[in-house]
Amino acid sequence: MSTRVSPITRICVYLALVAFAVLFIYPFFVQIATSFKTDADATNNPLSLIPNPFSMAAWRSMFDPSAAAHVPMTTWLFNSVLVASVVTVSRVFFDSLAGYALSRLRFPGRGLVFALVVGIMAVPGVALLIPKFLMVNYLGIYNTYAAMIMPLMIDAAGVFIMKQFFDSVPVSIEEAARMDGAGIFRTFWSVVLPMARPALITLTILSFQGSWNEFTHYLVVTDGTTGHQTLVTGLASLASGQLGAGTQYPLKLGAALLTTIPVAVLFFIFQRYFVRGANEGAEKG
Amino acid sequence: MFKRRSSLRGPEGLYGWLFTAPMIIILGLFLFAPILMALYVSFTNWNGNGSPFVAGPNAQFVGTKNYTDLFTRDGLTRTAFMQSISNIFYYVLLVVPIQTVIALLLALLVNSRALKAKGFFRTAFYFPSVTSAVAISTVFLFIFGNSGAVNAFLGWFGINGPQWFNDGRGLLNMLLSAIGLDGSKAGWGQHEVLGQTVWQWLSGPSVAMTVVIILVIWTTSGTFMLMFLAALQDVPPEVDEAAALDGATGLRKLLTVTLPMIKPTLFMVLTLGLIGSWQVFDQIYVMGKGNPNGTTLSPAFLSYQTGFADLRYGVGAAMSFILFLIIIVCTMLQRFLLRDKDVRRSRRRQPAVALADQPAGVTK
Repeated sequence: MSTRVSPITRICVYLALVAFAVLFIYPFFVQIATSFKTDADATNNPLSLIPNPFSMAAWRSMFDPSAAAHVPMTTWLFNSVLVASVVTVSRVFFDSLAGYALSRLRFPGRGLVFALVVGIMAVPGVALLIPKFLMVNYLGIYNTYAAMIMPLMIDAAGVFIMKQFFDSVPVSIEEAARMDGAGIFRTFWSVVLPMARPALITLTILSFQGSWNEFTHYLVVTDGTTGHQTLVTGLASLASGQLGAGTQYPLKLGAALLTTIPVAVLFFIFQRYFVRGANEGAEKG
Repeated sequence: MFKRRSSLRGPEGLYGWLFTAPMIIILGLFLFAPILMALYVSFTNWNGNGSPFVAGPNAQFVGTKNYTDLFTRDGLTRTAFMQSISNIFYYVLLVVPIQTVIALLLALLVNSRALKAKGFFRTAFYFPSVTSAVAISTVFLFIFGNSGAVNAFLGWFGINGPQWFNDGRGLLNMLLSAIGLDGSKAGWGQHEVLGQTVWQWLSGPSVAMTVVIILVIWTTSGTFMLMFLAALQDVPPEVDEAAALDGATGLRKLLTVTLPMIKPTLFMVLTLGLIGSWQVFDQIYVMGKGNPNGTTLSPAFLSYQTGFADLRYGVGAAMSFILFLIIIVCTMLQRFLLRDKDVRRSRRRQPAVALADQPAGVTK
């Protein structure tokens, strides 16, 4: 086939691809470069990828409490890491637990529970802002870590992914374990979960990415003061001008960069799981 | 044997419920119950003080007033709501087709047989989809700023770029004016329909909203490209060869051979895009908050603002339920369009059920 592609077509394809790649990647380089610029340099040479002069002012503002225009980056980072880690561990465990039950265990009402899970996946998140706030308020946990973490501890989509995965795994090994007298939880924990590694990695990545990038949930269950701000909600208040004065682009883009890095690192290491996650997300049903 | 099996299955009922209990509790407590609570609040005029569930001066029961007012009562609320609907209409009209075409184009390019470095390009195009919408919006604030990269780039060609985020002029208004159909003064344009003049309904996306549109297309195309890529890789090579023997090439082959083969994926991308577009929020929060002149208001953001900033939770909740309904209708449409896919295709490629909770990057 490849012999039939004319060199001109091939050059056009490459040119188009490179042009798109530049469009898609350039903003990330802008982020990195601008965070090392001075405010004036950022404004005067927005296209340049070389800071002139090189300046650490933005980074000092983020990590040196005595610096000018200090933002509480360490608190934001701590909160993001805490919340995202707890949510991820919890989702991986409880999603696979529920997914396993829905796939393997026969219990009355299973069909109904599964139908509800599928139904819940269709509920649009942005329609839940006021509802979530009402419940968190009602429970008296507004502006606490509990409010940030608990509602995210299990997600219907994750349960669905795990159920689909267990449906695709032959049942014979578990039955052997059960015949040997292992209990149901024991079978799940020491036989089923180790076999589910690829699905668990996918779920871990999706959960971490989701809770790290999450914005609206944290926005409505906390009051926007530093104590419970994550990197994302902190950055949003910084970017929309609620903190400090002036444009402060190097500072804002530095904070945006820090928000991007953890997911970017995960992405480059576990790329194929991201791809699988995206396609599984599309094939749910 | 039967006895042994049933004793083996015996505790499954108990364990089934035990294993699903955490999910039922969490989703019940933070999803199901809150929706019912909000439904009640949408029938009250709760102002954020005291409990919304104790009738009193802070939370009077007002029936369906919050809903009907959005459509029938003249006032700022209806005008803002109708403007958000108009904004999102133009937003969807541009985002969904453009992102679908770009995603398909990228997938076709990456899928070319002779291409080297496939992996690199796929990574480059997909990467924006996995990052935080808030972080990316911050970057776009800078890039499209008055002294930002885009205007600097336009400056090379002697073009004076607009003040993107302060420019509330509607693109369609500008286009109509340019061809001599200026309705800003003329009688026909000043006719009022549902709280907005005809001219306002015909504004099209504002310059500021255009930036949001560009940003969203840029972030979501990668995800949809992956879906198209998966579908393209499923097209059997014989089909390609048969098409080539029939002399079908280029655009004709795309339209008559490739597209029909990947029709289910095309429907899926279109409807996922439709569902995701209605929910745009994060980008609006960072980039415009409705400014200038309400031209970047989306229904989701307006609902948030009405509740949390104006402390009119009842009206805000009513808006979010209307949004909810619209999205559910889109979801139904999707399930309807993809309904017979499982009959024709293997189990692994089952029909896509519409998800509000979408794969990475579709909405964010």
